[in-house]
Amino acid sequence: MKKANRAAICDALLERAKTDSDLVIVVSDSRGSASLTPFAKTYPERTVEVGIAEQNLVGIAAGMASVGKKPFVASPASFLTMRAIEQIKVDVAYSNVNVKLIGISAGVSYGALGMSHHSLQDLAVLSAIPNIRILVPADFIETKKMMEQIMEDTIPTYIRVGRNPIEQVHENEDFDLKIGKAITLRKGNDATIIATGEMVKTACDTSDLLKEKGIDVRVLDLHTIKPLDEESIIQAAKETGKIVTLEEHNVTNGLGTMVTKVVCEHAVCPVKVLGLPDESLITGESAELFEYYGLVPDKIVPVIEEML
Amino acid sequence: METRELKRSANALRKEIVTMCFKSKAGHVGGSLSSIDILNTLYNAEMKHRPKEPNWPQRDRFVLSKGHVAESLFAVLAQQGYIEKEELATFSAFGSRLIGHPNNKIDGIEMNTGALGHGVCVAVGMAIAGKMDQSPWRVYCLMGDGEQAEGSVWEAAMAAAFYKLDNLVLILDRNGLQISGNTEEVMALQDIRLKYEAFGFNVIEIDGHNYEDLMAAFTIARHTKGKPTLILAHTIKGKGVSFMENIASWHHGVLNEEQYEQAIKELEEQE
Repeated sequence: MKKANRAAICDALLERAKTDSDLVIVVSDSRGSASLTPFAKTYPERTVEVGIAEQNLVGIAAGMASVGKKPFVASPASFLTMRAIEQIKVDVAYSNVNVKLIGISAGVSYGALGMSHHSLQDLAVLSAIPNIRILVPADFIETKKMMEQIMEDTIPTYIRVGRNPIEQVHENEDFDLKIGKAITLRKGNDATIIATGEMVKTACDTSDLLKEKGIDVRVLDLHTIKPLDEESIIQAAKETGKIVTLEEHNVTNGLGTMVTKVVCEHAVCPVKVLGLPDESLITGESAELFEYYGLVPDKIVPVIEEML
Repeated sequence: METRELKRSANALRKEIVTMCFKSKAGHVGGSLSSIDILNTLYNAEMKHRPKEPNWPQRDRFVLSKGHVAESLFAVLAQQGYIEKEELATFSAFGSRLIGHPNNKIDGIEMNTGALGHGVCVAVGMAIAGKMDQSPWRVYCLMGDGEQAEGSVWEAAMAAAFYKLDNLVLILDRNGLQISGNTEEVMALQDIRLKYEAFGFNVIEIDGHNYEDLMAAFTIARHTKGKPTLILAHTIKGKGVSFMENIASWHHGVLNEEQYEQAIKELEEQE
C-alpha cells in the first residue's frame, strides 16, 4: 500500500486530539500542503494560522508550549528549517519547550520547483543544535509509531517527511520502533546500507537485487538522526566491513558524514556516501532526480559490488 | 505600591545594575537604566505573580524581548525574591546562572531570549494560548527600539491584531539609541506610533520614567478590548547617571572605578 507520511501525521493528530485538549496545530498557510485540512476542519479552535511567516510560526508555537499547550508545527521543511532556524535554536531547543516541528515535502519532494523549495540542508543544520531530536520515518507505519511516542513526551522534536505517497517498508505494525535505535530490515554480512527516510525502501530493494547475486547486504533503517544510534553503526562496521550511506539530503554534513565520524572514531572501514551532490540540481521530478543522481537500486548495486 | 515607593526602589535597582555591570565588566548598562522603571512598575504594581510560587499557573507572563538588558531583569527578580541578592554578584561570571541574557532555568524567567525579534513572537503565542482557554492571566513583553528593524517583530504585530489579543501588552523602550548611534540614523523607526496603529494596536504614548504615566498606561491597556496595546515609552538611555544619559556608547560601555564611584554617588544623591 502506498501512503504519504504527511497523511499518517494528520491521522495520528486527529486521534490524539479526541482525548488531549492541549494538542494544537500551528500552520503558515500550510494546512493543505501538510494534509492537515481534516484536522483544521474538525478542530478549528485548536488550529493557529499565522500566514506565511515562519519565524512567527515557530516563535508562537514556543510561546504556546511554554504555557502548557502541545503545538505541532507543520510547514515545508525548506522554509521551516532555514527561515526559522534561529527560532528553532533559541525559542524551542534552548528554551526547552514542548514543540514538535513537522518538516513536510522535505528533500527533493518538490522536484521541478527547484532549489528554493528543496530541503537538503535540514539534517546538517539541525543536528548541530543541542536539545532537539531528529526523526525521519521510512513509511507511514513508522510515522504512526513515532507520532504515538512523541505525543507522550515533551522533548523538542523535528520530524522530516516527504510529499509523495511511498511504498511500505514494513508489511504490518508488528515490530518495535524505538526512537534512537536503528531497525535491521535486511540481514547480511557482506556490506551494510545505512539509509534514512524514504531512501530506506531503495536500500531494501538494492539489498534484494544483490541477494539474487548471492551477496548479502544488511540494511539499517536509521529513522532517528539524533540521537544517533552509534552502537548499530559500529556493529555494522565491525561485522560487515563496508558501509554505504543513502540519504535524500546534501552529501555534505548529512547522514553520511555522521556515520563516517562514528566509523572513523570506533571501527574504521570503507564508507561510501550517497546522496544529492553539493550543487544546484538539474530540473526534474523527484523520481527523475533519484535516477539522474544514482539513488536508485540499479545504480547502487554496482557501487556496492565495486567495494566488495 | 505607591509611586513614591516605586521611585525609591528604582534607585536601589539602578545601583544594583551599575554595580553588576562594573564588577563583571559586562552587561548593557544604558538600556538597563532606560528599562528599569518599566520593569519596576510591572513587577510591583501591575503583574500578578507569586515569587514563592514561581510556576503558579495563573501568573501573568513577562517576556524580555530585548534580552540584552538581562541585568535589569535579574535586579528586579532579586528585589522580588525570585533569586538571592547575593547571586547578582555572579552576573556573567564563569558557571553563573546569570548569563548575559535571560535564562529560563531561573525561577521567574519564562523563556530564553537574546536574539532580537524573538520574544515578541513568543509573547504572542502565550497570549493566543491564553485566549484559547479564556485564561485570566495577561502577557507583557518589553522590546527595544533598535529591535524594531527585525522583520519578525512585524510578523508578530500582524498576528497580535489579527487574533485581537487584548491580553497582550507590548512595551517599547524608546530610548532613541542603539549600538551604532541614533535609531533614526541607523534605521529610522520614523513615526512608530502610526505604524503600530496601522497594524491595529491601541497605542499609549508615555514618559517611561514617570510612574504615574506607567501605571495609568497599564490600567488603560487592561480596559482595552478587542485589540492589543503598545505602550510607547519614551525613555533616556543611561537614565540616572549624568555622564551616561543619551550617549550611545553606554549601550554596553564598561565603567572604570572613578566612573563607578561617581555613578553610585549621583544615584545616592537622587534618593
